[in-house]
Amino acid sequence: MSKSVSEIIKEKKRRKFLPGYLEKAAPIIFGICAVISVFTTVGIIFTLVIETITFFNRVSIIEFITSTDWYPFTEKAPSYGILSLVSGTLLITFIAMLVAIPVGLSTAIYLSEYASERARRIIKPILEVLAGVPTIVYGFFALTFVTPLLKGIIPGLPIFNALSPGIVVGIMIIPMIASLSEDAMSSVPSSMREGALAMGATKLEVALKIVLPAALSGIIASFVLGISRAIGETMIVAVAAGSTPKFTLDVTESIQTMTAYIVQVSLGDASYGSTIYYSIYAVGMSLFVFTLLMNLLAQYISRRFREEY
Amino acid sequence: MLTVERNRPMASSISPIKDNSIYTVRNFNLWYGADHALNDICMDIPTNKVTAIIGPSGCGKSTYIKALNRMVELVPSVKMTGSIDYNGQNIFNPKFKVEELRTSVGMVFQKPNPFPKSIYENVVYGPKIHGIKKKQILDEVVEKSLKGAALWDEVKDRLHENAFGLSGGQQQRLCIARCLAIEPDVILMDEPTSALDPISTLKVEELVQSLKKEYSIVIVTHNMQQAARISDNTAFFLNGEVIEYNKTDQIFSNPTDKRTEDYITGRFG
Repeated sequence: MSKSVSEIIKEKKRRKFLPGYLEKAAPIIFGICAVISVFTTVGIIFTLVIETITFFNRVSIIEFITSTDWYPFTEKAPSYGILSLVSGTLLITFIAMLVAIPVGLSTAIYLSEYASERARRIIKPILEVLAGVPTIVYGFFALTFVTPLLKGIIPGLPIFNALSPGIVVGIMIIPMIASLSEDAMSSVPSSMREGALAMGATKLEVALKIVLPAALSGIIASFVLGISRAIGETMIVAVAAGSTPKFTLDVTESIQTMTAYIVQVSLGDASYGSTIYYSIYAVGMSLFVFTLLMNLLAQYISRRFREEY
Repeated sequence: MLTVERNRPMASSISPIKDNSIYTVRNFNLWYGADHALNDICMDIPTNKVTAIIGPSGCGKSTYIKALNRMVELVPSVKMTGSIDYNGQNIFNPKFKVEELRTSVGMVFQKPNPFPKSIYENVVYGPKIHGIKKKQILDEVVEKSLKGAALWDEVKDRLHENAFGLSGGQQQRLCIARCLAIEPDVILMDEPTSALDPISTLKVEELVQSLKKEYSIVIVTHNMQQAARISDNTAFFLNGEVIEYNKTDQIFSNPTDKRTEDYITGRFG
């Protein structure tokens, strides 16, 4: 032991490899990277808005918002009433949430309140696998497995319908709701559970009356994110829901969602500069507004329901 | 179960007084995995007295009172032998409902742990889960419990504010009020003042004194002066064993065991 630690540190400082200017440049480099996403967002919104304005120069915005007829491909008098596509999207979203919320939330309660360490170690990775399945695979799963299964229950169900992809979108969202809700519930301090248990509460009472309310903001945020995801889901509905824009609440009918319409047009049914071409920007803009509203709602809700602990 | 005394030369290890006991604990052993945390405990808890448990960290005193309401079972690897009778009933009997035990045996924890709800909701939580819904009754419970916990005057104008807005000492008294709301017979206190400032500590100590008329209280404490001030009987735990259990003034003025004397005179622990 010839040198003391402080001597070595002094020596290292003198021979410091990183020059001083890197210390100054670092925040600028990191900052530029952070700004990239801001510029991208601005760019996308800008393009959307410009093209949407072009579209509304040709088609009345009133018709777009209020009409329930979406027949862009009619030669003589095409009509652009987005409500048909909106109803298709909402129908899928509704069915999906009907599947995803109860199953996802129950999974979260099980994982955070009941599961042994072993069970958790098995279930969580499987959930993550479910979250990682490409949506096109889900699409074929809906078309070739779920639809035939449903046909056995509902005779006369058409091959393209809203129910089957709705259920499958729900399945796709389960891991997201389960994992985000579980995070929220696991972060409730265990001293709170102990407090309730020590007063004679049962495990179920603790889960439902202490942990759930305490984690409510996180749980609701996970629901809203799930809804956003369902609204924006494309591949599953494009494959299995058909392409018949229809203003309906009947889940057994073939429908078309906003996203599926954009896919249909993007795949080459419309020439550049045509009204149909611009219509996908208007639909895209509508989608964007929907998900933006959802995100704002999520923020509002998580602030509103926050139980401080 | 009845052959215990044979192994126990000192009758004082079982109970220092001949009064009624609410808890009868015989040859109680507890392991966390392979760690033998409580070793052959025979220690009764007298009714309507304050029983203090002292001892160095890791001696098993918290484990002991958590066994009394079976909260210790939350630790997955725990294993127990022997018996704990509460009012003459073995609490480990499979027919014995743990929720009922915990309804009549309240607990106050080391760190105040109010629920993230209003002060009012915190107090009525217990009565509510046990089925009381009438607002009139609940209102009365809140006032009575908060008065019982010497907190009423400080919070009566803000019952519907979040409990986390209270100071640490107030939160701890709220937890005591929450405990009183279901009218238990026993209150277990696990170092209830260790996270509090001296003034709050004093308030909680005064509270314990006034509560013992109606409740049997078991209090774990690191603070020997506190045990001397507020308890009727004191047990000294060391390495998972009860070394000495006697009337408090006896323990502090004239301990029979050398190790007790060393501990209370501050020679270790």
